Amino acid sequence: MTETLLDILSWGLLCLGGAFVLIGGIGALRLPGFYTRLHAASLTDTMATILIFTGMMLQAGFSLAALKLAAIMLFLLLTGPTASYALANAALQSGIEPDADRLGDDAGGGAR
Amino acid sequence: MYLAVSLAILVTMVLALVRALRGPTVYDRVLAVNMFGTKTALLLSVIAFLLGRPDFLDLALAYALINLVGILAVLEFFQNHTRGAQEPGHD
Repeated sequence: MTETLLDILSWGLLCLGGAFVLIGGIGALRLPGFYTRLHAASLTDTMATILIFTGMMLQAGFSLAALKLAAIMLFLLLTGPTASYALANAALQSGIEPDADRLGDDAGGGAR
Repeated sequence: MYLAVSLAILVTMVLALVRALRGPTVYDRVLAVNMFGTKTALLLSVIAFLLGRPDFLDLALAYALINLVGILAVLEFFQNHTRGAQEPGHD
């Protein structure tokens, strides 16, 4: 019973993580402007990592593999937002402007 | 299910490579390469469970550490570069 529940839970987490990875990849390819692409890519860095690694840790149980998974997840969660922040900072200092007006108009047109 | 997740990660890696090749600015390329490195660690962990070989987790750990050092070094270079040059038209 508990096994089945854990299997279903980890299956759902893994599928959701895979969907997040795929959506973030498509967004990083297709969104307009650098900062929107950065947003899509950093989404996969944090949310998809948490979902996939939690799903695999549920499969691993209490073992050395779970500890290694936690270590990898910790490193990825430390590096992803740090790299995203440093990248956005470097891009802003080099003069790439966030094009808020045009994106706002586009988003409004899409919402209507 | 591991197969589906690893296929999704592989497709995303291909999309990141396309963005790295097409990226208009150098920051787009750095972003895509960073994403590629993160997805490498993720893919190695999933493959460890897909093949049932926990040894691959050590490889994923090594890739995560290398990615951390590499990306921070590249970004430090770019930040110093922009601060020193003070021109938007560099490279």
